[in-house]
Amino acid sequence: MPTPPPLDPVLFLIFAAIAVISAISLVVQTHPISSALSLVGVMGSLAVLYLLLGAEFIAAAQLIVYAGAIMVLFIFVIMLLNAGTEKATNRASFAKWAGIPVFALFIGLMSYLINSRLATGPGVTLGGFTGGGALEIGRSLFTTYLLPFEVTSVLILIAIFGAIVLARKEI
Amino acid sequence: MPFPELPAATPLSWYLLLSAILFSLGVAGFLFRKNIITIFMSIELMLNAVNLTFVAFSYQFKQVDGHIFSFFVMVVAAAEAAVGLGIILTVFKNRNTLHVDEVDTLKN
Repeated sequence: MPTPPPLDPVLFLIFAAIAVISAISLVVQTHPISSALSLVGVMGSLAVLYLLLGAEFIAAAQLIVYAGAIMVLFIFVIMLLNAGTEKATNRASFAKWAGIPVFALFIGLMSYLINSRLATGPGVTLGGFTGGGALEIGRSLFTTYLLPFEVTSVLILIAIFGAIVLARKEI
Repeated sequence: MPFPELPAATPLSWYLLLSAILFSLGVAGFLFRKNIITIFMSIELMLNAVNLTFVAFSYQFKQVDGHIFSFFVMVVAAAEAAVGLGIILTVFKNRNTLHVDEVDTLKN
């Protein structure tokens, strides 16, 4: 009887494949709604990868904030503006034949660098790091990172002001 | 076995490589697309890729700081989405288009 394959790399490969296929679909689709749904797929599979890395709080925040709030805002705007299929332009012919080799070259360079410099370490197993719950995040956020946390609240306040100013009639 | 042998634990470089691929796809979408909303979604994809790198290194060093940084990135992305979509709404109200090549007042 053959031994079953190890669970962690299999789960990683499944959800990494879903993420990459969804990201390609985001770039290739011409309708904004299809792109938005592909982005939801990327975010959901990334949430599973965060769980594999032991980041429970970030995985929950990813699903609630990104896949919940931000994507609803995007789809709301797409529906509100009745955005249709993107018009094809012939200006991007240079990008079409030069872009894919440059993209492949960049990925090859990145994989070479990552494999030569960062391939050490024991690897990632589920449960290898358990310090990613709400308790540890909250403790670090309110002691070490208290000042950035407060500055972030000011940032959100300014963003609210900006959204209100942009929503006025006479701009 | 039909599959090649898998390691018992996922190497950290696989996570970093996935993050690099997602970031590059985000850059490609940002450069190639012409719809302003799709461009905005490509920016979100790049932010997600960076978050994955933060969380992966947080696992590697067994510290929670990477989680905090990716939390801040999420907060900034939320604020950016609110303001950016407001700007998109205003542009559409004034020009009645979402095509970025037709918004070229500063070019002429």
